[in-house]
Amino acid sequence: MDNIAGTKPALVWVTRISVILLVLLWLLPTIGLLVSSFRDRDQITASGWWLAPFAVEQNFQFKASAGNAVEEDGLFVLRGDILPEDGATIERFGGTRSAPTAFAPGETADLRRDRFLTVQENGDFVYTSAAEITRDPNVYFSSETPPDFSTDNYDTILTSDNMDRAFINTLTVTIPATIIPILIAAFAAYALAWMDFKGRGLLIAGVVGLLVVPLQLALVPLLQLHNAVGIGQSFLGIWLAHTGFGLPLAIYLLRNYMVGLPKDIIESAKVDGATDFQVFVKIVLPLSFPALASFAIFQFLWTWNDLLVAKVFLPSNSESWVMTVKIADDLLGSRGGDWGILAAAAFVSIAVPLIVFFTMQRYLVRGLLAGSVK
Amino acid sequence: MSPMIQGLITIVLGVGGCIAYFWASNLLLDKVIFPATGPNPGRNINRASMWRPWLFLFPALFAMGLYLVYPVVGSFIRSLYNRAGNDFVGFGNYETMFADEGFRTALLNNFLWVLVVPAASTFLGLLVAQLTDRLSWGNIAKSLIFMPMAISFVGASLIWKFVYANDSDIGILNAIRDFVGLGPIDVLQLPFWNNFFLMVILIWIQTGFAMVILSAALRGIPEETVEAAIIDGANPFQVFFRIKVPQIASTIMVVWTTITILVLKVFDIVYTMTGGNFGTEILPSYMMAYMFRDDGRATAVAFVIMIIVLPVMIWNIRQARAEMR
Repeated sequence: MDNIAGTKPALVWVTRISVILLVLLWLLPTIGLLVSSFRDRDQITASGWWLAPFAVEQNFQFKASAGNAVEEDGLFVLRGDILPEDGATIERFGGTRSAPTAFAPGETADLRRDRFLTVQENGDFVYTSAAEITRDPNVYFSSETPPDFSTDNYDTILTSDNMDRAFINTLTVTIPATIIPILIAAFAAYALAWMDFKGRGLLIAGVVGLLVVPLQLALVPLLQLHNAVGIGQSFLGIWLAHTGFGLPLAIYLLRNYMVGLPKDIIESAKVDGATDFQVFVKIVLPLSFPALASFAIFQFLWTWNDLLVAKVFLPSNSESWVMTVKIADDLLGSRGGDWGILAAAAFVSIAVPLIVFFTMQRYLVRGLLAGSVK
Repeated sequence: MSPMIQGLITIVLGVGGCIAYFWASNLLLDKVIFPATGPNPGRNINRASMWRPWLFLFPALFAMGLYLVYPVVGSFIRSLYNRAGNDFVGFGNYETMFADEGFRTALLNNFLWVLVVPAASTFLGLLVAQLTDRLSWGNIAKSLIFMPMAISFVGASLIWKFVYANDSDIGILNAIRDFVGLGPIDVLQLPFWNNFFLMVILIWIQTGFAMVILSAALRGIPEETVEAAIIDGANPFQVFFRIKVPQIASTIMVVWTTITILVLKVFDIVYTMTGGNFGTEILPSYMMAYMFRDDGRATAVAFVIMIIVLPVMIWNIRQARAEMR
């Protein structure tokens, strides 16, 4: 189509540039989070993540040890290096808390009462005083520190913050809640696709209707029911709930797919004497694999990412928190200002869905199309 | 017992139980209740195949009945009782709710969400679908825009907390304001407009969904219609708006309604970003504020959501029935 009438080269370029801009716009927030999750806490507050590859100017305070002072020509002199690591340089320095960056490196700061401070660019300092140095003097300085990327935030979140527990809980909720509905739905979908009986159309319409029932309705009555039969707030309860809530979509997707299977195969098997059960297990189920995979991915992503059902059907103590609840109810409060930790926690929680998404995108797209295009 | 082991046992019991049920119930039907032997095998086979669909359907129907149909009724009945659940108050919960300023704000905000989010997501999705249609690297671009679909609403909210942060060294939005010489603002606390900043998050997630479906629909348009229009001298914009869009109108409608339904369910974003403060409450988050505290009020809110969803539900069912004929 590139060479026919109706396409203009200028328009092609406009198209390309706008697509690039849109993609960048869509990626930017996630990249920001990813970069921040590897940055040191102080660096995050000192410069934006888009400046992460560059050195950061940060303010520091250094306490020189008074015990190292020596007496030279009637003056007490304290020497040392205030920069702990190489590669950094002093930008400004000062000797008082009120003016921490008053002097440029090489200058001599007059700290009154015959005390002087000089700091060189490489961090060497000389502090002189006419009186004996009894208290540790403070040196304030700002320095350019090189970018500092590390997995410290991930270490912290996974070892000390119970996020590993939440990760396992999420996995524990997700896997049974993904597997159990599939088989139940597959049998029902087969009946709705290939068996002839009264009320079939009505049932299909019912399933379509149930697709959009708001989950909010189910919360209070079902929690009461679970409490009444002794399940209460527990993992069993949330597996049952996710199974129930996932069934309409499962049945709908699978039926749409099974209806499209070639009629000849199924009919000739029946003519050869196969029962419905055999037809289902030996022919329809294997052929429906793509649809089963689509639904499994949907259900996996939905249960992994769910916050509402987990908040209601799981006990609200830190042993049972899944990752979404952990982030929303705990970390955002207790670690509210600690952006590096928050970013790392968010990445731990979205890593698995992203892997699933990029490896099985084909099935996901197919499932979406089967469920929506009419 | 650790939840992991409990989970494994549940999988084995669940899957094994399902297989056992279907196998045993079919056997029971064929060999014991209506055996194909004896005095009248023909009638028995007919009867067995009359009953079999219901064997296949029973577990699913039971689970859906219990977890989705019963709650509609159960919630409605519960909403007629007071907080403790022992006193019938008629529509009292609804009356106090509609008199509550917070509920009216939530209702109004929810209408804003329902107006803006589906429209914006569908529009952007259509735009991306059309722009990437003939690009050789279109699939990579689409895949990247589709990616937020896999991220939880909580994760997405955190991602956008970084963008909106009220500090020009963290939030890129305030960094841009700083760059052009404006002071930092906390967009989540801007009265009224903060709702739109929250909507951006859901639009960011849902555009990919709209794009995938509309892109397939665009591919399905017969080439001849486009070619004929071009030969008749239509410019690219006319081809898009007059030839392509009308042909995919029904798909656009499906995308629009699907996102509308989603908007009415999502409480995560408001809950994570503002906790419903600063006038950003919407119905699902308003309901969660009452959950565990006043079940009467919580179920009343849930039922209001159900009533708002009802027209879409009816439309969906009619579409499905029309399609089956």
